[in-house]
Amino acid sequence: MKVSTMLNKIRNTKYAVLATILLLFVTLLAFNSVSAQGPEPTDDEVNKIAKKLYCPVCENTPLDVCPTEACRQWREQIREMLIEGKSEQEIIDYFAATYGERASGDPRDKVKAYLIPIVGILLGAGLLVSALRTWRKPKAAEAIIPAKDAGDVHQDEYIARIEAELKKRD
Amino acid sequence: MIANLGFGVLLVTFFVTLYSLLTAAFSNPKAFARLFRSIPTPRTQRWANDLEKLDTPQRAASMVESARRAMLLTFPLISLAAGLLIYLLVNDHYEVQFVYQVTSRSMPTYLKVTAWWGGQAGSLLFWSWLMSAFASLVTLRKWDRDREFLPWVIFVACFTLAFFIGMTTFYENPFKQFYQTPTGVEAYFLQPANSILFTPQDGNGLNPLLRHPGMIVHPPMLYLGFVSFVIPFAFAIAALITGRTDDRWIRLTRRWALWAWLFLTLGLVLGGRWAYDVLGWGGYWGWDPVEIAAFMPWLTGTAFLHSVMIQEKRGMLKHWNMILVILTYDLVIFGTFLTRSGVLSSVHAFAQSAIGPLFFTYIAITFIASVALVIYRWGELNAEAEMHSLLSREALFLFNNLLFMSILVVCFWGVIYPLTSELFTGAKVTVGPAFYERANGPLFAALLFLMGIAPLSAWGHSTLKTLGRAAWKPTIVAVIVTAALYALYTKNVYALIGFFLVAFVILITLYEYWRGARARQKSKNENIFTAFWNLTGRDRRRYGGYIIHLSMALMAIGILGIELFQIETQGTLELNQRVSLGGYDVEYRDIARFTGPDGREVTRAVLGVYQNGQYLGDLHPRIDYYFDAQQTMTIPGQRATMKDDLYILLVNWEPAAATGATFKIYVNPLVNWLWMGSLLFLLGIFIAAWPDKDPQRVAVRVEKSVRQVSAAD
Repeated sequence: MKVSTMLNKIRNTKYAVLATILLLFVTLLAFNSVSAQGPEPTDDEVNKIAKKLYCPVCENTPLDVCPTEACRQWREQIREMLIEGKSEQEIIDYFAATYGERASGDPRDKVKAYLIPIVGILLGAGLLVSALRTWRKPKAAEAIIPAKDAGDVHQDEYIARIEAELKKRD
Repeated sequence: MIANLGFGVLLVTFFVTLYSLLTAAFSNPKAFARLFRSIPTPRTQRWANDLEKLDTPQRAASMVESARRAMLLTFPLISLAAGLLIYLLVNDHYEVQFVYQVTSRSMPTYLKVTAWWGGQAGSLLFWSWLMSAFASLVTLRKWDRDREFLPWVIFVACFTLAFFIGMTTFYENPFKQFYQTPTGVEAYFLQPANSILFTPQDGNGLNPLLRHPGMIVHPPMLYLGFVSFVIPFAFAIAALITGRTDDRWIRLTRRWALWAWLFLTLGLVLGGRWAYDVLGWGGYWGWDPVEIAAFMPWLTGTAFLHSVMIQEKRGMLKHWNMILVILTYDLVIFGTFLTRSGVLSSVHAFAQSAIGPLFFTYIAITFIASVALVIYRWGELNAEAEMHSLLSREALFLFNNLLFMSILVVCFWGVIYPLTSELFTGAKVTVGPAFYERANGPLFAALLFLMGIAPLSAWGHSTLKTLGRAAWKPTIVAVIVTAALYALYTKNVYALIGFFLVAFVILITLYEYWRGARARQKSKNENIFTAFWNLTGRDRRRYGGYIIHLSMALMAIGILGIELFQIETQGTLELNQRVSLGGYDVEYRDIARFTGPDGREVTRAVLGVYQNGQYLGDLHPRIDYYFDAQQTMTIPGQRATMKDDLYILLVNWEPAAATGATFKIYVNPLVNWLWMGSLLFLLGIFIAAWPDKDPQRVAVRVEKSVRQVSAAD
């Protein structure tokens, strides 16, 4: 009895140790999968990222609506990377690094992409301001002319213009 | 045989066009004499003397008439070439390369006809045909008062036509035929030695995407818009060359510009609708370079339509209007170049294509020459009035022009940035919607704001006080509307700013309309409807313009809706399984696969749509597989209301069966307002552009009736 009790004890301890190891292992595994293996992403989560990517073959067709086999594989790759726990930016960076800058739908070098249009618009605005200034200048000169003569000046200008036009037509 | 005849007709047309343009130019030797005179060498002075001797009125008149008739001849000639091409297309002449590329036996006849503009060579011929029709129309009008413009209008029109016809004849000829030579089958203009004609059994078929009704109407509209902008440009150049730099050229071409704008806008809207119905990505506009190619001339054209008013009313901005019309013309050519030269797929494809460098050279030459002419006449184009106030209508129109130009800069850079990047660094980049939306969003918002206040300002002078007095009531209502939207619909700041601006524009425009009608009602004692009617009739340009502004505001509602509130989901459903999105429940009910009569296999799903448990009807998204072109199309099932569109696609890269099919479901809020807006736009532009009664004829009629009355006395 004693022996059997002892044996039982040993067996139980052995089981307990085994169970503990197994539990530890399972827990570790579970932990492991929590840290690296996310839940299966939905199509919508994949598409949200795919929308911002372009494959090199299908020009101007965003990845989320591209029907080709290559694009389908890319979407699968996005899904796997999401499972691995990669963030949206990491995935986009990966594709841009692997397949070239054109894979990203938004130019990555923001300075290059935005500087020229901004400079262009500012130049246009500058041109407009300078044009407005030159147009407004004569006003000051005109103000010196007494009001009653102003009409005559306009009249003269008008006649001069008609004459110039007539001369041109000869 | 017919193809050879077609080639011959094209060749003759090319020479007739050349004859017309040269005769028109040399009808005015004085211009050349002046040019030579400006170069101070004895020889050029001698040439100038000789040329001046040639200049007699009779000779000039007969040369211009000869040029005019030659130009009128181009239309029947190109029509004949087009007729021959259509004959070949309809009768399955697959020995002709173009026919082989764009048609197949299974295509219905009407599609074989519209395949004319379904490929490169044909669409260039189509461009030429429209150009020739418009040029002919212009020369048919009465020229009594503007005879000096005529030769130069003919010159510019024929110069453009010669470029397109030349390209169609020598590079992209739709009449090239296949010949079997010892080295293989290839397409040639003329039969090479030791060869026999080769006729394939069937053609490639038209790209399925182009077999849609939208695609039948969209390219002609766009091309009509493109081509009709050539006419104002021709008059502008004529004005610069002849030195008649008053606003006559603008008055003569105002209607042309409006019609051109109508066609271009319609072309863009129809293109958007086509994309929405056929491309299967849930949207109507993807900031694709091809779309932007058509959008850029629209931007300069719209700026031009506004800024010419300043020249007419105040005699200002003469240089700017010239530059705008030149830009519009070259952007029209640039648009055709972008879509036709292959430059978009890669800079290298451009260099390999025959027409790419040609287009590029043509754009460079016309742009430099036109700008040189503007500089030459710079002194004569000075403003006749001053700007008195930054809030005057002319100043606000200037800001409007600045905004349109800014959007143009963004779009232009977005299109050429990838090209320059590839050219200089070898690295390709993609400029997607995010760039354009980020950069253009504030500019569009500012445009909306201007659209609201500009109609309130006066020519010459406005102050904050006068503007405020006219605007405060509508502004308060717009704020109330926005607050209501904040409470009931959305908390999105961008959306609220957008909706406020839209309400601002609509309310101010309606209020202006109402004030005008009320004033008329009181002074003329008319009822309010008659007052509205007569008010519009008396100043159609202004009130047509108001209606166009209203239509743009409606379109903005649609754009805000789909851009900011679109939601989507994708999922695989089994039969009778449901999915919910945006208040809709969608149930997968059935799927069927069958072969259609026009050479396609159709996979069509049936989905029941429910809202709050109530059955609304079925939708039928489908996938069409075209055997000849080996290409699929995904046609959405759509249910459109003013509130939102339910838009369902059967995803074509996943298996579609009763056991499971993958659907992509979009809810596109408010997008219908975009299409409604475009209908209102049509009305507005018809009001603005409808021809006035000829004042001379009206005078004659009045005189006659007076005479009749006096005779009756």
